[in-house]
Amino acid sequence: MTITQHDAAEELVEAFALLGDWEERYRFIIDLGRRLEPLDESLKIEAHRVHGCQSTVYLVPRIQSGDPPIIDFQAQSDAAIVNGLIAILRRIYADRPAPEVLAFDAHGLLKRLGLDEHLSPTRRNGLHEMVKRIQSLARRAMESAADADARPSSC
Amino acid sequence: MNKPPSITPSIEAERSAHPGELFDDRGNLDIDRLRADFPLLARKVHGKPLVYLDNAATTQKPLPVIETLDRYYRMHNANIHRGIHAVAEEATEAFETARKRVAAFINSPSERSVIFTSGTTESINLVARSWGGANLKPGDEVLISHMEHHSNIVPWQLICAQTGASLRVIPIDDHGQLVLDSLDDLLTERTRLLAITQMSNALGTINPVSSLIKRAHAAGAKVLIDAAQSVPHLGVDVQDLDCDFLAFSGHKVFGPTGIGVLYGREALLESMPPFLGGGEMIKQVRLDGSEFNDPPYRFEAGTPNIAGAIGLGAAIDYVQSLGPERIAQREAALLAWGTEALGSVPGLRLIGTAAQKAAVLSFVLDFAHPLDAGMILDRQGIAVRTGHHCAQPVMDRFKIPATVRASLAVYNTEREIDSLVQGLEKVRDLS
Repeated sequence: MTITQHDAAEELVEAFALLGDWEERYRFIIDLGRRLEPLDESLKIEAHRVHGCQSTVYLVPRIQSGDPPIIDFQAQSDAAIVNGLIAILRRIYADRPAPEVLAFDAHGLLKRLGLDEHLSPTRRNGLHEMVKRIQSLARRAMESAADADARPSSC
Repeated sequence: MNKPPSITPSIEAERSAHPGELFDDRGNLDIDRLRADFPLLARKVHGKPLVYLDNAATTQKPLPVIETLDRYYRMHNANIHRGIHAVAEEATEAFETARKRVAAFINSPSERSVIFTSGTTESINLVARSWGGANLKPGDEVLISHMEHHSNIVPWQLICAQTGASLRVIPIDDHGQLVLDSLDDLLTERTRLLAITQMSNALGTINPVSSLIKRAHAAGAKVLIDAAQSVPHLGVDVQDLDCDFLAFSGHKVFGPTGIGVLYGREALLESMPPFLGGGEMIKQVRLDGSEFNDPPYRFEAGTPNIAGAIGLGAAIDYVQSLGPERIAQREAALLAWGTEALGSVPGLRLIGTAAQKAAVLSFVLDFAHPLDAGMILDRQGIAVRTGHHCAQPVMDRFKIPATVRASLAVYNTEREIDSLVQGLEKVRDLS
């Protein structure tokens, strides 16, 4: 992990503060999306599909078990703006300990970025569903870590 | 002409005092004056003047409709039928007057054929559940087309699963037109019902329903027409069409949401069992069984959307004051303008190029996903719809995930279409 979640969020806020109108913001978001690592075609399967988006979004979890578990994921959409939103989510959530993922106030950050309108569940851009999916990955990783702790050691 | 009494005397008095106010010297619609009747069209979105091109989803409401709803709730609100007090009597009269207006609007032989529902979806579900439940059996077939809205697909899938009937589908060609040759095989003595749209919401295609109805009747099938899109643009005449059922929604024809119509041939309605049980739809209720009311009340259980029905009556008056022919003529000009303007956008492909179409410009772009286009257009104040438009089989047919759909109404302008074209250049620039 290179920088903390807090610093990553502040970096985004600073970057967005330098942008002028909506056009510059959208251009920046689309550029962020362009730099996403493309998802391997073999991973674009129904189990990875995030519904609730008008574009086709796949989100592939990569969880490193441990105490705490580390949450990572790769995601891709066929829409450019959605890819940019994915890139923003990766800055905040990827390669972070599960408790940090769960504690993070995504709504608060997106509001500071002027993107909170995109988080509404009625906007069909998938952002709301992706945040829910990432949080539930973190919650389940925590639960299985707790289950493993509760089990008596066999050796 | 004998006009039914209205609860909006002041509004109607005002309009009839200036019958020419929406028309220029040559009797053409004056679009600036017309737009002034629709307050929402004057608003701004993201600091830009709103360009509202999402009329196939819902239309904006003119002042006579807004003021009728306001007046109803301020002055005439009461539950209808069986009331013995004055306000209940006024509300009942206004509601039943609205039914007469709908009947006249679609040229129904009787207002008893006009059932108020919550919209096209409920109208179709009513027929599927009531008529379909009583008449379909294993081996029977219901025929729909590949261009139907989900609301004219799913109710039939449900009732077919329940009754053992099967669903068959008229294919469409690359222009989005019905493949009529297929009817020779598809329309048989097994066909009990043809349920088909008069105008596709996703493609704009106008189907030759008159001849389809004749062919279906000749094969012994009943016909339901989904007129949700056609009523606002073409107007309908159920006697001329000779359809058995026809469904449409108020909100797509400048009326309120939550109100719609099912027209049914009177003899058919009389033979059909109730759809929902409750108050209003019965003659007599005993604990060991009930006697059902006559149509249309048999199919209107519970307190109906009284304000909605009265608002729809006002919307119909408005449409009639403009004249359905004038509306169709104006929209044809707009569609031609839009088709040409969008045709000049490199990388744009129109989906739905039927010879007979109206008011819908559905397209894909080779430089942007429909969702990106929709979001970037929104920031410019341009409201279009993106997605599958509740017609996923149409998207599958054209092997596309979604389209951008600009849908027109009589109040749209050539300048607004030009704004869309400019807005698409911004989409290209950002993509």
